[in-house]
Amino acid sequence: MNSADHDRTSRSGSRHATDSADSSASPVTDPDSPVPVSVTASPTAAPARSVPVPARRRRRRWSPRELALALLFVLPALAGVGTFVIFPLFQAVFLSTRGSDILGNPTRFVGLQHFEQLLTPQFGHILLQTAEFTLIVVVAGVVLPMLLAAPISQPLRGMRVFRTLFSLPFAYSASTASVVWLLMLNPAMSPINWALRLVGIAAPGWTTDSNWAIVTVAGVTVWMVSGFNILVLGAGLAGVDEDVLEASTIDGASGLRQFVSVILPMISPSVFFAIVTTTLTALQSLGQVQVMTDGGPNGSSATLVYSVFDNAFHNNNSNYGLASAQGLVLLVVGVLLAVVQFGVIERRVHYR
Amino acid sequence: MSRVTQPSKVSATIIYVWLVIAAIVLLFPVLLTVVGGFLPSSDLLQQPPNLLGHFTLSSYLSALQQTTVPLGPAFANSLFVGITMMVAQVVTSCLAAYSLVFLRNPIGKLLFWVFMATIMVPYEAIVVPNALFVRSLGIGDNRLSLVLPFLAVGFGVFLMRQAFKQFPNELRQAAEIDGCGHLRFLFTILLPAVRPSLTALAVWSFLQGWNMYFWPLIIASGDNSLNTLQTAVFALKSNEFGDPGILLAGITITLVPTLLLVIFGQRWLIRGFTAGAVK
Repeated sequence: MNSADHDRTSRSGSRHATDSADSSASPVTDPDSPVPVSVTASPTAAPARSVPVPARRRRRRWSPRELALALLFVLPALAGVGTFVIFPLFQAVFLSTRGSDILGNPTRFVGLQHFEQLLTPQFGHILLQTAEFTLIVVVAGVVLPMLLAAPISQPLRGMRVFRTLFSLPFAYSASTASVVWLLMLNPAMSPINWALRLVGIAAPGWTTDSNWAIVTVAGVTVWMVSGFNILVLGAGLAGVDEDVLEASTIDGASGLRQFVSVILPMISPSVFFAIVTTTLTALQSLGQVQVMTDGGPNGSSATLVYSVFDNAFHNNNSNYGLASAQGLVLLVVGVLLAVVQFGVIERRVHYR
Repeated sequence: MSRVTQPSKVSATIIYVWLVIAAIVLLFPVLLTVVGGFLPSSDLLQQPPNLLGHFTLSSYLSALQQTTVPLGPAFANSLFVGITMMVAQVVTSCLAAYSLVFLRNPIGKLLFWVFMATIMVPYEAIVVPNALFVRSLGIGDNRLSLVLPFLAVGFGVFLMRQAFKQFPNELRQAAEIDGCGHLRFLFTILLPAVRPSLTALAVWSFLQGWNMYFWPLIIASGDNSLNTLQTAVFALKSNEFGDPGILLAGITITLVPTLLLVIFGQRWLIRGFTAGAVK
């Protein structure tokens, strides 16, 4: 206790000069801060790196009392994620190597049998459909909100009203959005079918045609994520540096050209954030599939997540071993996508 | 904004036309939800539905009176889930983040990465063991089983940690020198200072809880009295699909809190998230 206090006072003089530099730089250069905030050190923050020992990271001996308090504070959250995230992860690995009886209780060791069952054409279809679904949702779910957020950020009257209106789908849950859209597409009342007929197009069986089912569910998911993404991209566009914009206008840039080469790089952190969160949402979309098509017709809209649900909980299937194996595939796919996104795409993101 | 040149008359017109068309297409489902609950089936079951039809409260009355999928208990369950998840996540996240940022311990960095790693785990990958575990606790008929796995989340810890990290270290040290203890510092100085992130986490966790679907579906499949509004909407769909009015009335009841939060709380959400994530 005493030595730590002494240590603190004796250094306070030399620390003074470094403090301001350190605190101003910390949001940008903090090496252990993960994801969007960290990454590239901006030019303004670079000098801070040459400061020998920043105050924050100075080694100090911890007192037993502080250690006890530190562990006490972290305990509730750690117990929560430990019991319901980390431990189940090991349990999922265990379950994936076991058979199960009619009630779903784990039985004998079956080795990699459940994973071998994943090497079938049926599961290949499920993976392909998951990829198709995710691709549609991420591309359209980011591009469409961009096409709305860009005009909304213009200095025109009434744009705040539009922004609030376009963010409304964010309030819908998987089940509410799905049921409303089932009504929207119900042939007995569908305003969409009506509009298509006006221009002479016969509407397909949105959820009953195996060529359309997954596209329809993906479309509804695009609608669902558009509300949040408009807010994210709108916040990015609101932060665009007007001086740069003005300079590029004077240099003759305008319209699409200005958007692609000036504005887009400036809002790339928001775009990246939207891509990452939308990918996760798409990969984990279950409610829309379950409510709208129940994976059908003929499994044509079954995704990886739906398959986990189907094997474990649907119709009392209780095939927990196979479902756990598929859940682990989902985990691997998610981690791989994140690695690709943070390793490849984020390099092209400009953080100011 | 004043220095930026206003779009010309022509481009302004194009923008308005595009936004109005997009609004009609994208917001028709919202309009149908809100208006449809007040219309009789005869107006709804037309192509296109007649949204200017005969005003009636009969769909709402039927939705509230039908006993196949009682909405009252479902509403209570949803409220319980939303509020419990909000309070629990805010408390656990703030305490853990405080420990990670302001209290020294030899495994602090390790703990931080443990929380970060849990963010990467998609919920569906661990839902099977969780369902088996919660069922084995023998509380299958208790509301608690609806929220038990979600009382602490890595994302909350991360969000609050990012907010705490931006608190100036000099102020922290000044408070320490003045004899301000950890609890007093946390509650009287730190938490008021990070209110945007705190509000964002509260709004976000309530929305998550209220809109959660997969987990209640599993839990309520064993006991209908544990239906939340979300699973009740699905049950209504299976039972009442012939009457869109009743369905839309039930959906509107489900949407009221989240619509209000999105309309009036979106600024908090975005400010809180962008402070930590999009900079």
